[in-house]
Order: sequence, then C-alpha cells, then structure tokens
Amino acid sequence: MGGYILKRLVSAVPVLLGITVIVFLIMALIPGDPATAILGSYATPENVEKINRDLGLDKPAVARYFIWLGNMLTGDFGRSFSLNRPVLDEVLERFGATLVLAGTSFVICSVLGIVAGAVSAARQYGLADKAITFAVLIGISIPSFFLGMMMILAFAVERRWFPVSGMYAIYGGGDLPDLARHLAMPAVALAVVATGVIARLARSAMLEVLRLDFIRTARAKGVPERRVIWHHALKAAMVSIIPVLGIQAGFVLSGAVYIEIVFQWPGIGRMLVTAILQRDILLVQGGVVFVAACYVLFNIAVDVVQSLLDPRIKT
Amino acid sequence: MTRFLWLLARNQLALMGGIVLVLVVLVCVLVPVLPLRPPDVTNTADRFLAPFSDGHLLGTDHLGRDLLSRLLWGTRLSLAVGFVAAIAAATLGSAIGIVAGYFGGRTDNIIMRGVDMLMAFPYILLALAIVAALGPGLLNALIAVAAVNIPFFARNIRGITVGIAHKEFVDAARLAGKGHLAILTTEILPNVIPVIVIAMSTTIGWMILETAGLSFLGLGSQPPQADLGSMLGEARAALITNPHTSVVPGVMIFVIVISINLLGDGVRDALDPRLRSGALSRPRPATNVRRESVPQGPGEGVLDIRELETQFHVGKRIYRAVNRVSLTIAPGECLGLIGESGSGKSVTALSVMGLVASPPGVITGGAAFHEGRDLIGAPYRDLRRLRGDRVAYIFQDPLSTLHPLIRVGEQLAEAIRVHHKVPRAELRRRAVELLGAVRIPNAESRVDSYPHEMSGGMRQRVAIAMALANEPEVIIADEPTTALDVTVQAQVLSLLDDLRRERGVAILFITHDFGVVAQMCDRVAVMYGGRIVEEAATADILNAPAHPYTKRLMDCVPELGGGRRKLDAIPGLPPAVDKLPPGCAFAPRCDKVREACRAAPVAMTRAGGRAVRCLYPETDIAKDPA
Repeated sequence: MGGYILKRLVSAVPVLLGITVIVFLIMALIPGDPATAILGSYATPENVEKINRDLGLDKPAVARYFIWLGNMLTGDFGRSFSLNRPVLDEVLERFGATLVLAGTSFVICSVLGIVAGAVSAARQYGLADKAITFAVLIGISIPSFFLGMMMILAFAVERRWFPVSGMYAIYGGGDLPDLARHLAMPAVALAVVATGVIARLARSAMLEVLRLDFIRTARAKGVPERRVIWHHALKAAMVSIIPVLGIQAGFVLSGAVYIEIVFQWPGIGRMLVTAILQRDILLVQGGVVFVAACYVLFNIAVDVVQSLLDPRIKT
Repeated sequence: MTRFLWLLARNQLALMGGIVLVLVVLVCVLVPVLPLRPPDVTNTADRFLAPFSDGHLLGTDHLGRDLLSRLLWGTRLSLAVGFVAAIAAATLGSAIGIVAGYFGGRTDNIIMRGVDMLMAFPYILLALAIVAALGPGLLNALIAVAAVNIPFFARNIRGITVGIAHKEFVDAARLAGKGHLAILTTEILPNVIPVIVIAMSTTIGWMILETAGLSFLGLGSQPPQADLGSMLGEARAALITNPHTSVVPGVMIFVIVISINLLGDGVRDALDPRLRSGALSRPRPATNVRRESVPQGPGEGVLDIRELETQFHVGKRIYRAVNRVSLTIAPGECLGLIGESGSGKSVTALSVMGLVASPPGVITGGAAFHEGRDLIGAPYRDLRRLRGDRVAYIFQDPLSTLHPLIRVGEQLAEAIRVHHKVPRAELRRRAVELLGAVRIPNAESRVDSYPHEMSGGMRQRVAIAMALANEPEVIIADEPTTALDVTVQAQVLSLLDDLRRERGVAILFITHDFGVVAQMCDRVAVMYGGRIVEEAATADILNAPAHPYTKRLMDCVPELGGGRRKLDAIPGLPPAVDKLPPGCAFAPRCDKVREACRAAPVAMTRAGGRAVRCLYPETDIAKDPA
C-alpha cells in the first residue's frame, strides 16, 4: 500500500509541472504589461523599469518560468501588490475557509447522493424513485448562485434561521456552533448540483450491479434484501461511483467561488475574483496553482481509497 | 431517424422540455421586432417598480430599466453565447480528438497528455485563470468556457475515432491512395458527427450556466450590456429589498437549463437501446407470482415441483420458458435435469426459490412443495428464511457468482450468519472447516482470499461450500461444472457425489451433458421447449432412450474408447418459446415426425418408473418397463 501511494505521488509530479506550465502560459497571454497595470498609465519610465526588474519581466520567458517555479518550490509565491502581503500567506488563509465550505459540501453531496441513488435504484419505478428523480432533475438544473440567493431570502430574511452572510458573527462569534450556523446555507447551496449528479450516477451504477450474478447468489444464500442492497450491491457499485466523487470534488471546490460571492464567505474563490478584477496577477497565479495542486493530491487520495475497496487493482 | 423522433416525442417530459426550449428560442429570435421598451434606457424616477405595474410587466431594476425587455435581450445574449461556446468547444475539441485518435502513437500520446493536464484543473478554476489573463468581458468569458470544455470533447471523440480508425473502410480509403486530410474529412468525420452532436446537446446547458456564472461574478458581460448572469449579479445588491429583480433572471436560467436537461435526457434515452426494452430493470428480491391455478399439497419427497409455469413478459411478447413442469425429488436423491440451452431447465430451477429475474419473469402457475409448504406462493420473509438454509443453490460461472470485492471466508460466514446466530470466531472456524470439506488446500489461509485470486475450480469449490454451509436438504446445482475445464470438472463432480452420499442431501442437477448425468444422477428428466419430454432412471434412459430428442441428445456425447462414430449435431435450432407450435415442440427437428405430432399437444405416457411425451417413441416403455 505504501509503495502504491508513493508510485501515485511520483506519477503526479509531471501533472503538477504541467499545471504550472499551463498557468504560466495562460498568464503569458496577458495583453499589455503588468507594470502599467500596477502603476497606472501615468507611471514614470524609471518606475516601470524597476517594477519589471522586480517582477523579472526583463528576462526571457523560459528563464522567468524556472525562476517562478523555483521560488514556488521554496515557498515563495511572490507578493500581492493589491494586498501588500505574501501571496502564500493570503492563499493559505483563504484556502482554509474554502476547505471548510467545500469539504462540508463534499460530505453532504457524497452521502446524500449515494443514499438517494441507492434508494432510487432499490425502489425503481416506485414512488421514492420518482420523487428522487424529480428532485434530482430540479437540483441539477438550478444555478447554485441563484439557489443561494433564494435561500438567503427564505431562511435568513423571511425566517431568521440563519445569518445572511459571512463565516463568523462579527461580535461574539468564532466558536464552532457559530461557524456551523454560518456554514449551513452555503454548504447546502453548494452541494445541491453535485448531489444530483452523484445520485443519478449512483442510481444507474446500482441498477447495473443489481442485475449481476453475485446479487442472485446473495439472494440465493438468504441474505436479507436490505443487506443485499446496502452491502453487496452498494459495495460493488462504489467502484464506479468513487471516480465520479473525485470529479465532483473538483466541481464543488471550484464552484465554491459563486457561493463565496453570494454568502460573502472569505474563501479563495472570492479572493481570485477580486484579484482578477484588480489585475493582481501574482495572486491569481499563486491561488490557481495552489488549488489545482491540492486537487491533484486529492485525486491521488481518491485512487488510494479505490484501491482499498477493490482488491483487483494491482497496488 | 423517424423512430428516434417518435421515441423522443413519446417521452412526455422530453417533449415538454423541447417545447419550452423552442418557445424561448423563438422569442429570442423575435426580440428585435417585439414591441419592447429599450433595455438600456435608465429612468431613475421609476426605480424598482414591482412586477405588473403600469407599462412594466415585470417591473424595473435599480436603474429603472424595463425588466421584461432586459430579460428577453439578456436571454438572447446568454443563449447565443452558450451556443457559440458549445460550437467552438465541439469543433476544436473534436478536431483535436480526431487527430489524436486517427494518427495514434506519439501524436496521440502528446495530445492526450496535454488534455489530461487540462482536466487536472478543477473545472471553473481554469476558466477563472483564462479570464484573469484575457481580462473581464463577455467574449473572453466565452473563450474561457469554450476552452475549458475542449478536453471533454477531445477525449470522447478520440475514443470513438480510435474505434473507427482501424475499420476496413478506412484501410480501403488509405489503399485507394487518399491522403490523411481526405480520409479524416470524408471517412472519419461523418461517422463521429452524431456523437459530437449528442455530446454538444448534453454540454450546452452547462456552457450557458458557466457563462452566466462568469457574468454573475462580474467577469463576463460588462454594463450596460447584460446577459442573464450579469442581471442576476447586479440585482444581488438589492436582493433583500427588491427580490423580484433577482428572481426574474434566476428563474429564466432555471427554465432554460431544466428544459435542456429534459430534452437531453430524452435524447439519450431514445438513443440508448438498452433502455428501450426495459432491460435495465433491476430484478426484485423474489420473482413475481400471478397464478391462475394452484395445485393442492402437501406433495412428496423433499421437493415436489408441480405443473410449474414460468413466463417472461417483454413488451407484448410472452416467452413460455417453463410450461407445466412437474418433478419430484426424494430425500438424498440426485435428479438430473437435462436439455439444450434455452430449454427452460435453469428457469425451472430458479423458479423454486423465486430467483428468476423479475421483471421480466413471472410465475404464472404451479407449485413447489417443500415439507408440505408451497414455496411459490410463500411471502418473501419466509422464502428468504428457507433460501440457503433448507434449499441451497450452486450456479454456473463461479467468477461472476461470487462477490468480487468480498473475501471468500466472509461470503461463507455470511451464508451461515444470515440464518443462525453464531459468534464471530466460531464463524471463521466454520468457514475454514467448510473450505476443508470441499478439499481446498491451506483452507486456513484461503479464507482470506478474494475470488479473483483463486482458480475456476477452486472458486466452484467455494460455491459448493457455501451451498453446504447450513446443511440443506436440497441443493439445486445449475450447470455447476459447465464453466470448468474437463479435469477440474471431474474433480468437482466426484466431490459433489461424495458430499451427497456423506450428508444425504438431495440434488437437482441441471446440465446439458449426458456424460455428467451418467456419473451423478439416480434419475433424469429431459427438458425441451419448456416441457419435460422424458423421465426415467438413469440406467434405463441410457440403455434405451424413448423420446427421439433424448436419443439425439445422447448421440452428441463422444465416448472415450468408443471407436470411430459420427457425432451428430441435432439439425435445426431449439424452438423460440414465444412461438411454440401447437403440437410437439420437437416435431420440426424430428426425423420420425408424422401428421399427428403437429396437430395437438402430446400428453405424457407413464409406465412404471418411466414417462415419455411422444406418440411414436424409440422404445415402448410399456413393454420395456423399468
């Protein structure tokens, strides 16, 4: 198992490098020069030159890439000019908030999606199946940002069950129940689409599995139907559900940006949008590379879980 | 194509989605000629008018602009952008996929590595990065959304192209001297276009949503121009005081996306042939039973199957798989049930414990008595209690019949645990003991193996051990050795025979092999077209088969040291059980057939321990009684 994890980590190195190359190439597309963006149109030539030197823009692109990469590897993501603080500090702080939000959402959509899909399959064409299929259709069609806004109207304005926005109360908050109260609506709003997608897939995966011979064997042994569904069938269906969980994690992680805007959540998505509007390129670069790298590592974890579940995968 | 459209139209939800979508598109096309107020003219005196106010059907926004007008213009813009993005992504992505799939080798490798890299990004993050580089703006948002979706198309289309690139017609074109470009455009492209269209129809909703999302974030369309996303984004500031400005564009996005999804699902269902026949239905825990007549008990022996009728209802067709079959098994007896594939022998066996996949299977008549109880009508709870405990099964292919992800020891233990309360440690001991009993070496370590780590013969021994776990009275073995090679087959058969004699368990042994019957069974019943056509003690049937079918079936078996003999296959095919002839089902293939055989159903003639369903039997069973 340790060997397998190591092997997957090593194989992730080229992917991580590829990510840095892609981000670097995209940023190299930027029209105009960053110095003007930072200093404005009326900057003196001396200052422009100084900025360019500071940012290393006087060097050729390949050299700039390796300098940037080398700096990142030593933990230096540069300095955000709009916030005037190290990019990494800001990214880490904001990513923590996003992780709380996206992590909670991921748990919600995985559990709810799988359970809904399995129930739907077990009761195919029954009332529960129809109700779930209908709810799923609504769920995957509603834009999360619109849903979030409607939730604010319904549950924070009409009924004051939850706070309108933010991560903690400004006065006297900061403890776990306070966080939970602030987290509830955004986490649910973010989870809805992914829940629907996972439920759909889980349903069809379960239907495929329920027709297989070993399900008949389990029934022939006298295994109670409940256990046939939730143990035998679900275990086998998980093999095709887990990779989709990995993909959906990506959607939840990046889709958090909308929810962070709607609910004023101090996460990395909102940071990126602000940085883009202020053309704070180093902050965008750093944030994107950091989140993408985390996602690559997360997918390795997904593969490891998959190999634990399925002994047929050569580890 | 017409069939496809018909299927699509029959799906009411898809039809509804299609109609709504067409209406929305139509309105958007007509927007410039509709009598609408100008969308961008501000009038701060009329800010935030409520819907249905004078002259403003949907009210006005924070700058006093007419919401209806802005909504329709915005919808037009959103649809256009989503559509263009989908076309762009589909064209570029498909081009990349076709090139990669057609040329293969290093080209493929490099391209797909790049695609994998792009896919390593969380979806929206990449779009954000692209917009960050290009700057906010609707065109840039469009480019970003299209770019992010390119890998999806590239990957799908590459897969299809790889399948086509080595087909004969492509080779033929190459030999005819066509260049790569000509082959790509005239041979490959026409074959992948349907796939591209389907992929596009499923992603266009996403793309509309994603561009709306970027506009919502302020990174897409810039004021005063507004698509649905930026309308929603601008309205957010007044969400609490004037929610209607948010609700209007939000609902519109929802309506568009849901109708695209409905239509997309309909398209997919109409194109997926597996869904048409309803084959994706999951089997219920017990076969449906709808009997018109029920034979009276209590029945004889350990298992008494009487007048069993099992059918498959697929659409309007009815397949009579089992047609009034009666079989009796005495305690400790081994009864063989033999026939070609499709004769209904497996369905007979599965019907006993309600294991026929249902839908489409239905038991329409008969009974199966076990200890005076009719199993066919028994409620699921009672059936479950007997399954694997009193009546156990062994199935054909042990690779697919064992759970691939559960250790064999656990699967064995479970067979016991679902019927009897046994402590954990004891369960493991019993599992090891059972594996030992079926002569698996190193049983102690083998309990922790997974099925894929064992050989076919070994797996079938596990299956046998599982059937023995609760010492049942009857084991129903459905072709337990068919999937095994000959030497392993012999071992498994002798094991089964020994266990039967040691433990006195009765076996219903299903096979298509007379050699196996000769080795295992006390009595044998021959099945054809869903009916029993002959029944007798094994020795009698081997010495003097009565039914012509039995005789032909026996001629198919090669005999070791039997000298040179022509091995005859039976001419013709087994009957289709949805179109059975009125008379003898074997008549079309029988060389002794006469007029009477085809006229009416043939009854079973009984004499002593023998029975045959034939008007002109090979052996007169009355003269040659058992």
